[in-house]
Amino acid sequence: MSNTIRKGSSNISENLVTDEKLYRQRRQFVKTGIFSSAGLSLAAYFPTLAMAALSDLPNRISDAPNTRKLDGEALNTFEEITTYNNFYELGTGKSDPVENASALITDPWSVSVEGECEKPGTYNLEDILKPHNLEERIYRLRCVEAWSMVIPWIGFPLADLIQRFKPTSNAKYVAFETLYDENKPLPGQKRPNLDWPYREGLRMDEAMNPLTLMAVGLYGKPIPNQNGAPLRLVVPWKYGFKSIKSIVKISFVEKEPPTSWNMANAREYGFYSNVNPQIDHRRWSQKRERRIGEYFKRDTLMFNGYEEEVAHLYKGMDLAKHH
Amino acid sequence: MKSPGIKKIRWVLKPMVHGLSLIPFVMMVFGLINHTLGPNPAETLSHVSGEWGLRFLLITLTVTPLVRLTKSGWITGFRRLLGLYCFFYVFVHFLIYLILDLSLDFGFLAEDIFDRPYITVGFLGLVILAMLAITSPISIRQKMGRDWDSLHQFIYLAGILGIVHFLWITKADDTEPMMYGFVFLLLIGWRLVRKIGKNTSRPLT
Repeated sequence: MSNTIRKGSSNISENLVTDEKLYRQRRQFVKTGIFSSAGLSLAAYFPTLAMAALSDLPNRISDAPNTRKLDGEALNTFEEITTYNNFYELGTGKSDPVENASALITDPWSVSVEGECEKPGTYNLEDILKPHNLEERIYRLRCVEAWSMVIPWIGFPLADLIQRFKPTSNAKYVAFETLYDENKPLPGQKRPNLDWPYREGLRMDEAMNPLTLMAVGLYGKPIPNQNGAPLRLVVPWKYGFKSIKSIVKISFVEKEPPTSWNMANAREYGFYSNVNPQIDHRRWSQKRERRIGEYFKRDTLMFNGYEEEVAHLYKGMDLAKHH
Repeated sequence: MKSPGIKKIRWVLKPMVHGLSLIPFVMMVFGLINHTLGPNPAETLSHVSGEWGLRFLLITLTVTPLVRLTKSGWITGFRRLLGLYCFFYVFVHFLIYLILDLSLDFGFLAEDIFDRPYITVGFLGLVILAMLAITSPISIRQKMGRDWDSLHQFIYLAGILGIVHFLWITKADDTEPMMYGFVFLLLIGWRLVRKIGKNTSRPLT
């Protein structure tokens, strides 16, 4: 499958432009292939799955129209995106998340909304997703480890979700948490590599920026567990770890919330963690990155190439201090 | 253990050790050609070569304890070879970094060596291993006399630098470098205990 778009990792020049037709064909294949035959057999094994009200989600995802392309940069393959992951809840190795993916149970799923808002409460995933029109957006993803990908996400603007909860004027930040059950820890949560649960946060204006996406799918399919099913954040101008996966809690707070990597090492990982080639990680360079599928590195772009859309958020701020 | 004899060592055991030692390298080349190194082959090559460098350093340091514990002096004859494979894999590791990470830009290299401690220690380790490799031929060893012994004591520093290099690039999970560190400490500990037991002033071997 990976060879339909990228013939060989070294044949970069041939693949600079996404072959849209191939991708659409593949999506059609996926739709008819996976969701009819495999979907039926899955339903046979788990009758409750077929009953779930989320059953139309795969169709909504595969029908989502593209609203944002990325010219001149090839998509990473589905295989690359779903087998090379940082998701420490499922293990610290890059292939651990896909190998341990079945440990993450996403049905049923609910999200607790708390803090400075008029409509707190616990919402079922279907209630969270129901009113939103899903769209596909192709974004760069830049990991703090200096590798990157180009991913076709399917989701909806976080701003639209936030507005439904009617945050009060005290809500200056939004904090997120990933699933963590002390009694039933995920494989990677059995070791204190990070202080579980995983926590992330955004300033309110960052969260409301139109680029910030709540993703439920990728490549026309429901988001695989190893990529943060069933609901994850995508903040394309920040290092990947800011895009928290498998979200179970959203809280509106007045003060800058604690965030996992900042708690683990505040000198190396700031609250903002905007992609910035001029500010190196304390241990390694952030000037260049390796696009997965390529051997050599390329230059990293300011705000990961989204400068025009987000630079205004940080006007007058010392980006070295607020790294 | 009795020596298998010079002929068997030269024509059977040494070729066997060469063959085994080259397996990781052959696997790397094979994986590169067949695209089986995973989604990030450059990273895989870098990790695999670096880890084998560290493993061969530890294997080399295992020779002397093995000789003493099994009273098999002939095994010492393999130490030079194993040490050279340590340098070989560390050098391959460096070349992968220089070519794929730095695109052969020596300005980037200088910046990394001076500004990034994990590269500084890694590069120092490489320089030490290169000196040991260059002085490894028997003829040079004979010419250097006791200086050779002193110089080759630096293998221990290279080991420490290699483990620190690994530890300093780790993000949150330091299990692997700690495991290498543990084996290294065992090998050093054995030597220290033995040295104290004998109470001699001879250098460590």
